Amino acid sequence: MILLWLILVPLIGGLLALPAGRWRDDAPRALALAALAVDTALILTLFAGTGEAPDPAWLAQADWAWIPRFGIRLHLALDGLSLLLIALTVFLGFAAVLCSWTEIRERRGFFHFNLLWTLAGVIGVFLALDLFLFFFFWEVMLIPMYLLIGIWGHENRAYAAMKFFIFTQVSGLFMLIAIIALVFLHYQTTRTLSFDYFELLKADLYPGAARWIMLGFFIAFTVKLPAVPFHTWLPDAHTQAPTGGSVILAGVLLKTGAYGLLRFVVPLFPGAAQDFAPIAMALGAVSILYAAKLAFAQTDLKRLIAYTSVSHMGFVLLGVFAGNAAALQGAVMTMLAHGISAAALFMVAGALQERLHTRDMDRMGGLWTRAPRIGAITLFFSVAALGMPGLGNFVGEFLVLLGSFRADAAITAFAALGLILAPVYALYVMQRAFHGPASPREVRDFGLREMGVMLSLIAATAWMGLHPQSMLAHTEATVNGLAQTLAQRGP
Amino acid sequence: MTADAFTALLPFIVLSAAAIAVMLAIAIRRNFRLIFWLTIGGLLATAATLPCALSVAPLRVTGLLLIDAYGLFFHALFLLAALAVALLCLAYFRRRENENEEIFVLLLTSTLGALLLVSSTHLAMFFLGLEVLTISLFPMIAYGVRASRPLEAGIKYLMLSGLASSFLMFGMALVYGDLGVLSFEQIGGSGAELAQKPLALAGLFLILAAVGFKLSLAPFHLWTPDVYQGAPAPVTAFLATVSKASVFALLLRFFTTVHAERSETFLCVLGLLAVVSILAGNLLALLQDSLKRLLAYSSIAHMGYLLAGFVAAGLLRRDLQAETIAFYLAAYTLTSLAAFGVISALSDEARETDRLSDYAGLFWRSPWLAAALTLALLSLAGIPLTVGFVGKFYVFAAGVQAETWPLVTAVVVGSGIGIYYYLRVVLAMIWTGDAVSAPTGKLHPAASLVLVLTALLVLGAGVFPQPLIDASTGALSRLSAGTPLAAE
Repeated sequence: MILLWLILVPLIGGLLALPAGRWRDDAPRALALAALAVDTALILTLFAGTGEAPDPAWLAQADWAWIPRFGIRLHLALDGLSLLLIALTVFLGFAAVLCSWTEIRERRGFFHFNLLWTLAGVIGVFLALDLFLFFFFWEVMLIPMYLLIGIWGHENRAYAAMKFFIFTQVSGLFMLIAIIALVFLHYQTTRTLSFDYFELLKADLYPGAARWIMLGFFIAFTVKLPAVPFHTWLPDAHTQAPTGGSVILAGVLLKTGAYGLLRFVVPLFPGAAQDFAPIAMALGAVSILYAAKLAFAQTDLKRLIAYTSVSHMGFVLLGVFAGNAAALQGAVMTMLAHGISAAALFMVAGALQERLHTRDMDRMGGLWTRAPRIGAITLFFSVAALGMPGLGNFVGEFLVLLGSFRADAAITAFAALGLILAPVYALYVMQRAFHGPASPREVRDFGLREMGVMLSLIAATAWMGLHPQSMLAHTEATVNGLAQTLAQRGP
Repeated sequence: MTADAFTALLPFIVLSAAAIAVMLAIAIRRNFRLIFWLTIGGLLATAATLPCALSVAPLRVTGLLLIDAYGLFFHALFLLAALAVALLCLAYFRRRENENEEIFVLLLTSTLGALLLVSSTHLAMFFLGLEVLTISLFPMIAYGVRASRPLEAGIKYLMLSGLASSFLMFGMALVYGDLGVLSFEQIGGSGAELAQKPLALAGLFLILAAVGFKLSLAPFHLWTPDVYQGAPAPVTAFLATVSKASVFALLLRFFTTVHAERSETFLCVLGLLAVVSILAGNLLALLQDSLKRLLAYSSIAHMGYLLAGFVAAGLLRRDLQAETIAFYLAAYTLTSLAAFGVISALSDEARETDRLSDYAGLFWRSPWLAAALTLALLSLAGIPLTVGFVGKFYVFAAGVQAETWPLVTAVVVGSGIGIYYYLRVVLAMIWTGDAVSAPTGKLHPAASLVLVLTALLVLGAGVFPQPLIDASTGALSRLSAGTPLAAE
């Protein structure tokens, strides 16, 4: 029941925020924070209960009938991986609300409605264990996100919102077809029509079918991740989205793609995934390098950060398909750490845009003397993103490289070059935007509210870097299960 | 005629009586409100007789009609749609200078035609039902005789419809000439050697062409955008829902009873029509600046999706086919009613509000109307939370199961293109620049009622589709206690 409430609370909060905006201007914000606070409380009870679950892998489950005609159930379940990702979602939800504090001045009720519904959709994605339900949530999170970009976005928002929606929706249809094909192939052998995850884990597919079905899932997830060559929607969407939207997009929505790979592609099609691993890992490596190179060529700050996201998610793709426990743990760690660092960088970019009315780094420069706090925080997260030891991103990327070196040394060596490119673009940002002769303009520095958000993000990144075991312990059961499946059922 | 047959015919009798009563009432006293209430009463009374008819179903009456759960499901759907259209008409025609009462007579007779059509099992009844429906539609489309657009649309529909009817007649004549029978079953009885009967086969293809015209399948779709645009918005709603759904429901009954699925050529042609309709409808919709024309092309595409589901499910099992068609048509009817309802509610005396620029910033001018239209558009695009998604899910399920990959690919490509133009409308509505056109006037309560109900149904059946699925699988018959299961 608690799982259902995790999804319902933001949904209800969103519905309430809608009329509240007409009543008082800041009521929607308060409602959004309240809904997130309730969700936090729920998550804390779940964390508290981790040791006592009867099943080591699944901490909580809920299962109701939904559409019996097709054997579709409202099946929610939570393991360590989902728990961490949901915690990340709610945490960044707070950040998104707080960073939109002054940016969003019009139609606040509708803004917070969309924000909360996106979060609810994402939480649903992380909890759903019925494939139809998963697809349902997968699509539900799109529409509010589309509206966030389309209404509160920047100058080219219509184009960006449309591109975002079409890319994700069409790739989603491939996944829907793959889901249906999987279900009916399973039905043909067992005569049970079910969309349930555990039921379909038992599906016995012949390799040809498994390969095609796996590809359907893979395309949907790599579009979302995104990886080269499906990444072109992301720079536009991120650049045009309002800050809160960018935070959610980069911090959480991209993680749903990675989560899908971990939760569905690998366990459902271990054989096909292993056959496909060299290609997927190569795509990951190409993403890392190509996106890093593109990032270096940008003058638009948000666009640059968007490309670095593609680059970092390349590590996740690499780690997932390397398939051993170290690489998988690294992938999870990278997801969490990148979620926080990318969100923070987008908040900085949004704050700068709000103050300077530009994202063009050529028109920045010398900001450090004017806004030392913004400068210091940008430096911290740039350094975190480039993989400085002691911070979360380093742990993730190091584990990924460690694990995938065992799987494929050549590709890993190639991908590791990304660690050279990352400092180049990170330092480039610092140099262009913050160094140089002092800016003639007055720039308001971060205030108390912004510093509060940033410090908590910094604390989270540092915690992940200094005590990664506290995170890894939660996902250990899931990851070991995955690695075992691959080892047993692989070719 | 036995008492059972009388009970089975009750819906038709009551509806015909209502049409006559309304006509007489107009002759005695012209009062728009009175006529409206009479019409509503007639439609509700007809709906009330459906359970009685269901209690004797399945029953064959006079060799022309078959009353069964499948047909009654559509009867209920059409009566619901006609009620919605009547409410929209009240809001729409109330302030127009014209003698507007007759629209309700025409509405009742065309609904009667649709009911006859879905229950017919004989080519003669097929023709009769179709003509009752179509002839009532001519004046409805051209109802605003003082404007040029409706007249043009009416004439276009009249001419092309006449052409289609002649194809239909010629096709029936060929079938009769070769087989010597007109009843669907008897045609089906000789179906095994249909391939050796070239004349009958040619006849079936001619009938298909006529049906394709009514459904506006490409390449018989040329009339659709002009007629959709020219007709008054409530009439467009009727045309898009009842007229199309009844022909499609008949198509299913006809082709399954004559065992057209045994002929591979036939299935290939149907599949080809589906693919061409999906592509043509979606591609042409991209170019439109009028919402009504856009929805017209989108309806061409939707008939294509439906036909794709029809072919794919037909390769599998007949009950799945009926279920797919019934669900999809119900979903499409609800969604179209919501979409055209918004257009109808926004239109004023001066003109139809159908240019995309009319909708700029609608989200901020009247959020509820915009929300209803958004919901309808998302449902047409097949996005979850709406009933349109479940409909599309049926099509995909059938297509994947039957492994008709070309059809599935066409549906995916079509849906991808579709998102673009549906979202264009949404983008127009959330446009935040200066408000262009005047704020919308107050909504008539009848129009709001229709919009609220259809929007809730689109949403409700999207989140909890099981009741509608039960209804479309013929579980309706199980609800009326003590009667045997109706199986077609």
